[in-house]
Amino acid sequence: MNWDWDKLREQQQRNGRKDGGGPPQMDEVVGQLKGMKVPGGFWLILVAAIVVFLGSSMFYTVGVSEVGVVQRFGKYVKTTQPGLNFKLPAGIEKVTLVKVKKVEKEEFGFRTVQTDIRSRFTSSGDSENAALMLTGDLNVALVPWIVQYRIKDPYNYLFKVDDPRRLLRDMSEAAMRLVVGDRSINEVISKREEIAVEAREILQKELDQAETGIRIVTIEMKKTNVPEPVQPSFNEVNQAIQEKERMIYKAREDYNKAIPAAKGEAERVIKAAEGYALDRVNRAAGDADRFRSIYKEYVKAKDVTERRMYLEMMREVMPTLTEKYILDADQGNVLPFLNLGKEGGVKP
Amino acid sequence: MNSKNLIGIVLAVLVFLVYSAAYVVDETEQAVVTQFGKVVGDPVVEPGLQFKLPFVQMVNYFPKNLQEWDGDPGQIPTLDKTYIWVDAFARWRIADPIRFFQTVGNTLSAQARLDDIIDPAIRNLVTSYSLVETVRRTDRELDTSFEPAELSADPTAAEKLAVAEGASENEAIHTKYAIKLGREEITQRILEQAQPKLDGFGIELVDVKVKRVNYVEQVRKSVYDRMIAERRQIAEKFRSEGKGEAQKIRGEKERELKRIQSEAYREAQKIKGEADGKVTRTLGEAYGIDPEFYSFQQTLESYKDTLKGNSKVVLSTDSEFLQYLKRRPSQN
Repeated sequence: MNWDWDKLREQQQRNGRKDGGGPPQMDEVVGQLKGMKVPGGFWLILVAAIVVFLGSSMFYTVGVSEVGVVQRFGKYVKTTQPGLNFKLPAGIEKVTLVKVKKVEKEEFGFRTVQTDIRSRFTSSGDSENAALMLTGDLNVALVPWIVQYRIKDPYNYLFKVDDPRRLLRDMSEAAMRLVVGDRSINEVISKREEIAVEAREILQKELDQAETGIRIVTIEMKKTNVPEPVQPSFNEVNQAIQEKERMIYKAREDYNKAIPAAKGEAERVIKAAEGYALDRVNRAAGDADRFRSIYKEYVKAKDVTERRMYLEMMREVMPTLTEKYILDADQGNVLPFLNLGKEGGVKP
Repeated sequence: MNSKNLIGIVLAVLVFLVYSAAYVVDETEQAVVTQFGKVVGDPVVEPGLQFKLPFVQMVNYFPKNLQEWDGDPGQIPTLDKTYIWVDAFARWRIADPIRFFQTVGNTLSAQARLDDIIDPAIRNLVTSYSLVETVRRTDRELDTSFEPAELSADPTAAEKLAVAEGASENEAIHTKYAIKLGREEITQRILEQAQPKLDGFGIELVDVKVKRVNYVEQVRKSVYDRMIAERRQIAEKFRSEGKGEAQKIRGEKERELKRIQSEAYREAQKIKGEADGKVTRTLGEAYGIDPEFYSFQQTLESYKDTLKGNSKVVLSTDSEFLQYLKRRPSQN
């Protein structure tokens, strides 16, 4: 669609505008500015803008957990406290804010994926390598841990070491491996506290020597372990220990069941013997007394008593005998022939 | 040309000159001033605002603070032919910035130089010693025992022996993993080997530390196998110890049982024997008064017992019982 410039110009001319049609030209704007009644003109505006910019760089806020490190022309001058502070403008003085109260955390051997109530950890390739280390008995262990630290000296932290955080990480690994490398695999699994304490001592000493200005708040060991392929055999050892305990316990139990019972039985046997003894002795005494009594009477009339006893016996025995053969002693002709085939022999 | 403009121009030129003559040295930096490529004066280590000749002189900045070098010397075999990865790092600083400027130039190429010097030093030291020297720091005794506290609450003789054995085993392990130097000493030697070569570059090596030592993949597998075999053996030992101990207790039980039973038997027999003796004495005393009468009475009793029932008897008229079959008492 053609824009009808001519018609527009005609219209504008009729309306009595001074400049021509179309957008205002640059030189016309500058001309207008130049035409403005301000002393110094354009340059002053520029200077004013610079002044405003510099002015705003003259004050700054230091947060509650921070301090401000002020450098003038690159040289350290002072450390400022939380609140509103002033400094010379940018280009002359510069301030770096350092969080000195905040406790930072470095993780080794694992990565916290979610920090909520139950933190989830993942072990990515490299971070797991950070946990893999050699023990003093040349075994391999997985040792994840956390270092918590604060910036204690902001001057050192900023100026003495290039990339202090990286140095902290590398030194932490070195220190931990130094301590673990002096311990057996059993100690690594069971004596984590000792290791954490020693590692912290070593690490703090090194950091102080390097003037990093970092203070270690704590070193916390996570669950130490052996690498996965080896775990089953380690579990086997634990199981074997329990088995051993169980076997010994069971044997002791058997012992404790059997021995008291045996002792009881022994008592019983002895008591039974005592009973037997008592029984026999008493019976014998009884028999003896009985004999004596009979004898006392017998002695008074021996012959008569003998006969009497004899006849009483015969009276008892003879009726029960089934076959009786009476031979005259004066007779002599009977053949002594015993028919022992039939029933009725005396059983001894 | 009006005077106002002239003043403005002169001012601007002055400012420009000052601007190009002044330079700032940060707390973390040190500077070397060169004139037409040649070094002028001492290195500037004090931070702050400094001045030089404009245009003619140039400022070269170098870091003053502690730098870190991280090397990866690759797979290194130890003296006992175990291949390991050694990841070391070193801390260094530019001690002589002029020499540094003249030889190395910048920190990037410095890293390359450090690689060339420190890596071989690490390699040398690691291959000269057995693995345990690179791993361990002190010669402290490694505690490789397993016994939990509960088992040793009431130690029998066997357990005491096991503890003693464990102690001597510890000693054996102690000598197996004993060191002469240790890791710290070795890294110190790496430092001593590398430092002289770095003097020429104006670099001061503050220290060298081992960040990681790990087995190479193939070696790792055989180490795992060894660990597994070791554990299995230990597990077996515990099991057999358990069996042995249990057997011993069972044996004791058997022995104790036999002892109790046999002692009871002995006691019982003694009691019975004494009783029997007493009985014999009592009866003997009684029957001994008239043995003839005793035998008469007892025999009559036994006739009653033995001859009763279905028996055949042949009697002679001589028998006292049958004597009256033949004659009366007054017939004699």
